[in-house]
Amino acid sequence: MDRIPILQMGDLLLVTIQVDMHDQLALTLQDDLTEKIQRSGARGVLIDISALDIVDSFIGRMISTISSLARIMDATTVLVGMQPAVAITLVELGLDLRGVRTALNVERGMRLLQQPDASP
Amino acid sequence: MAALQQRTLDLIRGNEEQILAQWQQNLATAGQNQDNRISQQQLDGQVRRFWQLFLQALSAGESTGPQSVQWQELRRFLEELSAERARHGFNSSETATFVFSLKRALFEQLQLGYADAKHELGDQLWAISELLDQLGLHTVKAFQKSREEVIQRQQEEMLELSTPVVKLWEGVLALPMIGTLDSQRTQVVMESLLQRIVDTGSEIAIIDITGVPTVDTLVAQHLLKTVTAIRLMGADAIISGVRPQIAQTIVHLGLDLQGIVTKANLADALALALKRTGQIVTRTEG
Amino acid sequence: MIAGNGSIPVRVEQDVVLARQTVRQLAVALGLRLIDQTKLVTAASELARNAVIHGGGGEMHWETVERGMRRGIRLAFADQGAGIADQAKALTDGWSSGSGMGLGLSGSRRLVDEFELDSAPGQGTRVTITKWS
Repeated sequence: MDRIPILQMGDLLLVTIQVDMHDQLALTLQDDLTEKIQRSGARGVLIDISALDIVDSFIGRMISTISSLARIMDATTVLVGMQPAVAITLVELGLDLRGVRTALNVERGMRLLQQPDASP
Repeated sequence: MAALQQRTLDLIRGNEEQILAQWQQNLATAGQNQDNRISQQQLDGQVRRFWQLFLQALSAGESTGPQSVQWQELRRFLEELSAERARHGFNSSETATFVFSLKRALFEQLQLGYADAKHELGDQLWAISELLDQLGLHTVKAFQKSREEVIQRQQEEMLELSTPVVKLWEGVLALPMIGTLDSQRTQVVMESLLQRIVDTGSEIAIIDITGVPTVDTLVAQHLLKTVTAIRLMGADAIISGVRPQIAQTIVHLGLDLQGIVTKANLADALALALKRTGQIVTRTEG
Repeated sequence: MIAGNGSIPVRVEQDVVLARQTVRQLAVALGLRLIDQTKLVTAASELARNAVIHGGGGEMHWETVERGMRRGIRLAFADQGAGIADQAKALTDGWSSGSGMGLGLSGSRRLVDEFELDSAPGQGTRVTITKWS
């Protein structure tokens, strides 16, 4: 089964989602990320969704869950690159992903993770 | 709708050249080709194309009229024709004349063809008339829709112009909102602000509501949705132009601004934005 | 110019992806603005998933519609599942209530122009949504 690759850069994990994920793929990603955070002791997780033109409630929940699980393992999650149409739609859908930090792009996301950690 | 008899269909098909010639003659008389808005060649092309689709639809068998699926291609052609005419500045009657001028040509052929059957003639003339009337009406409706779309687009462009997103500073955008924030307007404005944030990589958007007369629950909701979307994208917003009365209204209505900072004026908002983005403005000597 | 109708099964989760792609193609073909495309595809994703997970699998019917000069897309998600007992409750935001359809139903309603829910216990569910260009 195909999986979304997770890149490790120092104590940061980077996930770039570029495919239209079916639910199982999303859940696999969630599991893989959680496992990798634990194994690598990563302090930060960057999820890049700049290539996604659809984010529905399932993916939204996945992102929230990853963020919560990461926090338990003392890692901060930053969601980057949300497209405008996606943002508007998510707000209308009623999802505000509270507790998930966001940044405009990977570069800013990394900068954010390097700052002293304040609770989201 | 009255049904067209096979005899009528045969007459139409059999006398194609005469009908087309007569139609083009009628169009010339109506002044359709004396126009530099459309060339004779283009007009002839449209006549031929219409005719082709017209025959096609007639041959497709029993139908309930021009609204049914057999007539779809012809309807689409008429819609494109109308849209083009609208763009070139024709009015709706000039556009409908394209279809109505065909009536006369068809009538003449039917009169000749049914000379021996006056009773059926009346019936078939009526059927043809109904058919072409509906097609003519379709062009008028399509024409009006195109005009509405042009106006709508112009309105949107005006909206964009009247609510310009301004780059105030490196990484700081400002959006002066003017007038009442009715839904459609807010939507267009929201979308263009979000897109500019992505395009410029700006982290702070200052939404200035000095020009907004009242803030009620609906307005606050719109603002809140916009700011939530901005935050999801990885930027943030400051609301400026919050007059004391508005501040009071917000408190009175118990509106939860969810941590959005508000400032009385644009200057204060900019100062905060600069601070947040780690920028300093220094005065130089001399 | 696209016109007509069709239907695709939504029985397994891969079908939800297919539903999204189908609706995206339709929306693009009909000339919907990007934001409207996004809203419709997202709504379709929610409702297709509901049909798979809560309805035991079903179908998505699509058709292009016309109202005067306006054109639109109508989608109907039908399943033969348990049906919804309390419609009013299902239509309020269930985000925090954990299990169940969560935001799918109520959220989708906000994303489209027309929304119709036809469901009763033991009689399956049919949700019809329309988005105009």
